[in-house]
Amino acid sequence: MARALINAPAKAKRGEIIEIKTLISHNMETGFRPDNTGKPVPRDIITDFICKYNGQEIFRAELFPAIAANPFLTFFTVATESGTLSFEWTGDNGFTANESVNITVE
Amino acid sequence: MRRDDHMPQATRRRFLIETAALAGAVGIAVPLAVKPASATPASMRAAIRKVVGEAALNKGKVKIDVPPLIENGNAVPLTISCESPMTADDHVKAMHVFTEKNPQPNVVSVQLGPRSGRATVSTRIRLADSQKIIAIAQMSDGSFWSSEAEVIVTLAACLEGV
Repeated sequence: MARALINAPAKAKRGEIIEIKTLISHNMETGFRPDNTGKPVPRDIITDFICKYNGQEIFRAELFPAIAANPFLTFFTVATESGTLSFEWTGDNGFTANESVNITVE
Repeated sequence: MRRDDHMPQATRRRFLIETAALAGAVGIAVPLAVKPASATPASMRAAIRKVVGEAALNKGKVKIDVPPLIENGNAVPLTISCESPMTADDHVKAMHVFTEKNPQPNVVSVQLGPRSGRATVSTRIRLADSQKIIAIAQMSDGSFWSSEAEVIVTLAACLEGV
């Protein structure tokens, strides 16, 4: 299981724009690097990232091999209601990872 | 005794010469065999066309924040932002990043909405060469806006061997 780090405020005012930072450990093998026999190492990357706020999708990213290892994404959202922010990464070779954090909106 | 000494030495010498020759051949053959594919300005334009379609591509609105001089192409901090009120009627729907000389022109595509609040996204990317980066934003009214940034890369991202 890949390690994921989420940095989002635990408390926010209603209507406030909050910043969410995500980081997940993954080596993002590009598929363009040769191994020591000269053949390219097969591609193994995270291809999609989705963030949901209480089940509703608020952010989605499609990643390509040009994303650095341990993909780091920062984005914004409007704090509308208390609940959970869930994060989902999917990638090559059946890779999936999930993480969620709670947020209290006053 | 003398003969015994002499024979192994001759074979050893031949062995060394042959090994060196073989290593040399392999050394030359490997870079040729794995010459990395590189995107060209033409393939970048094709990738952009795929996103934009027939719509006109206007200049402006999007901002790329990337250091102009990059020491290590393996992890380059990149921020793209777009000026927009981010309301239900007027918001940024998607943002895309393309490069000219990476093996593949696409870098990242994000989808936003009125709930994003602010059209700003940061990530870390790989750059294989000194090149031009293009960011494109798609607005809710269907218009496309682009801007570009030139970067100089000292150490290219890993296209070399493991």
